[in-house]
Amino acid sequence: MKFVDEFRDPELITKAAEEIRRLADPNRHYRLMEVCGGHTHAIYRFGLKDVLPSNIELIHGPGCPVCVLPMGRIDDALSLAMDPDVIFAAFGDMMRVPGTHGSPLEHKARGMDVRIVYSPSDAIKLARMNPQKHVMFFAIGFETTAPSTALTLQRAKAEGIHNFSVFCNHVTIIPAIRAILDSPDMRLDGFIGPGHVSTVIGCRPYEWIAKNEHKPIVVCGFEPLDLLQSIVMILAQLQKGEAKVENQYKRVVPWEGNRAALKAMADTFQLRPYFEWRGLGFISQSALRIRDEYAEWDSEQRFHVPGIRVTDPKAAQCGEVLKGVLKPAQCKLFGKECTPENPVGALMVSSEGSCAAYYNYEHRKANLVTTLSSPA
Amino acid sequence: MKGEIKLGSAPPKIRFREPQIEMAHGAGGKASRRLVEGLFAPLLFGASTEPLADAAHLKINGTRMAVTTDSFVVKPLVFPGGSIGELAINGTVNDLAVSGAKPEAIVVTFILESGLPTDVLQHEVQAMADAAQYAGVRIAGGDTKVVEHGKADCMYITTTGLGAPLPGVEINPQSLRPGDKVLLSGPDHGITILLARGDLDMEGDLESDTRSVFPLVEAVIAAAGAGMRWMRDPTRGGVATSLNELARDCGLGVVLFEDNLPVHDAVRGACELLGLDPLHIANEGQFLAIVAPDLADAALSALHSMPGGAEARIIGEVREQPAGSVLVTTRYGGSRIVDMLVGDPLPRIC
Repeated sequence: MKFVDEFRDPELITKAAEEIRRLADPNRHYRLMEVCGGHTHAIYRFGLKDVLPSNIELIHGPGCPVCVLPMGRIDDALSLAMDPDVIFAAFGDMMRVPGTHGSPLEHKARGMDVRIVYSPSDAIKLARMNPQKHVMFFAIGFETTAPSTALTLQRAKAEGIHNFSVFCNHVTIIPAIRAILDSPDMRLDGFIGPGHVSTVIGCRPYEWIAKNEHKPIVVCGFEPLDLLQSIVMILAQLQKGEAKVENQYKRVVPWEGNRAALKAMADTFQLRPYFEWRGLGFISQSALRIRDEYAEWDSEQRFHVPGIRVTDPKAAQCGEVLKGVLKPAQCKLFGKECTPENPVGALMVSSEGSCAAYYNYEHRKANLVTTLSSPA
Repeated sequence: MKGEIKLGSAPPKIRFREPQIEMAHGAGGKASRRLVEGLFAPLLFGASTEPLADAAHLKINGTRMAVTTDSFVVKPLVFPGGSIGELAINGTVNDLAVSGAKPEAIVVTFILESGLPTDVLQHEVQAMADAAQYAGVRIAGGDTKVVEHGKADCMYITTTGLGAPLPGVEINPQSLRPGDKVLLSGPDHGITILLARGDLDMEGDLESDTRSVFPLVEAVIAAAGAGMRWMRDPTRGGVATSLNELARDCGLGVVLFEDNLPVHDAVRGACELLGLDPLHIANEGQFLAIVAPDLADAALSALHSMPGGAEARIIGEVREQPAGSVLVTTRYGGSRIVDMLVGDPLPRIC
């Protein structure tokens, strides 16, 4: 399959892994953070830890939008959707995320009208097909998905679709990286930069990381070879004592980002003064709200939102895992009270959450001594 | 409840503690297994310690027979390459076939929503008749219930199938040995139904493949003989779920070679886009077989020589480790555990 197989070529992967071994100083331990949840998932799915030398440690970052969403937001949205005249529409990612009284899927089993959509424009279609109902789209994601929500808002306004609103949970990536870097217990050598987010925001917004924090950051694709090549690029910078922003994912990411997408976002969204992130707490100017010009299509402005706040269970250590301080398996609840089927924390729900990725792909493997390989 | 239990027998141990039934309990993954093992098995199957299989093999008055039952609630009723009626017959036929029995007869129950157009029903009944004739099974009886409009979704079909066990074949997870080979009869198409549902607004050049696998099963049994250890049609939850169940039942590990997995590009592409694992997608019209190593090549050749078996592959093997789990390995030396499906496969976006 084109654009996939080339980036999973065993020969090239082996070569890249050799290059990493050559560049990595055996007397040094490297801690690299992959910011994006998609990278976390890919690292586990492709078993990349098996091909990396043991002194390269990958730390999972905060770039999983489902994982950083506080439970109170889900409770708020579901409480609005209790109204039988409301259709709750969301991405598949959200469906198993637990609220206080269960996930959207569990609410669906109890009779709530919950629909999985693949894009916000599908939610508009739902609104057109169900004129007697109100369709509430639960918007989630970083700058990756925010533009499609923005375009949908513009369309709803232009076409005068009044039985549609967006419950907006969009967040922005830079403040999250800043929060991670400000955290005193965090020592990092470099960043594997988000790929999809960068298709929208470009590479410039990361320059402060290189300039002020003196850490290399390489914007990276999602195939095994992308990840390994990015690690090569980071190691090469470290070896030369450099710290700059590089773009490994050039086939998709333009350096300047996507102006049309940024413009649509600027037209429909403004920064919230602050927003709560699960595990990271309140971060100022880290999330988007819908502009007043689009108030009619903003669920929060249109309806009374209870503003529920839920503290995470004390025993769960989601915050530490999210910041990369703890490995998933080091959390007290991991694999016991907290599993993908009965998740306590959101890191266990999304397949991009580091706990779920670790649980699904890794944890029973951890004790294996046998080397396993397929026949040539 | 207590009064009904015979004196001296232990009360059934119900381990299912969930307050209500969720969609996941029907999705064929871990939750389904919890429901079946924790509630149905202790109350209904009592002391039976046999592992749960696709069909039960019984002996009545000295006659051996295989029996299975299944319900079909698919939507849409018609999808590219098949429809609910055809699926109902072939699904039942295949459950019998992979239990090592020749499908003989089927009885059918229809649950119909009032208001269902007759031509829709007729199309499905015709599809059943055609599929039954093709598979060589007799429809031996049936029942019809009609429920109020809105109390069912168009139509549901429940089938019960009877089969004659093939002599000399024993399908048993306990018979597995390290070194046994894992065969898959062909690539999966299950994503078709997901796409045809229409919620995803994607189009693909895909056809689901509901068909009787009995001719293939018969051929592979003839070639492998007593070396045939176990078979299953990996429908709900896909290859990953079927093999995880097997690994748990036999206490051994199953190692799959990613490069050997037969997956069509259209399915791969859809899975990449949706963030799904092809190993979790239902393989309609295919089956898995575990065969002793010395007979695996013969079994594979037998499949290759049959119509519809050209894409059969050896996809992996049984090993001591990882005990109770399924591991996928890649040619570049990476590996990952593949678990059972949790709930329904959900597309991943953000």
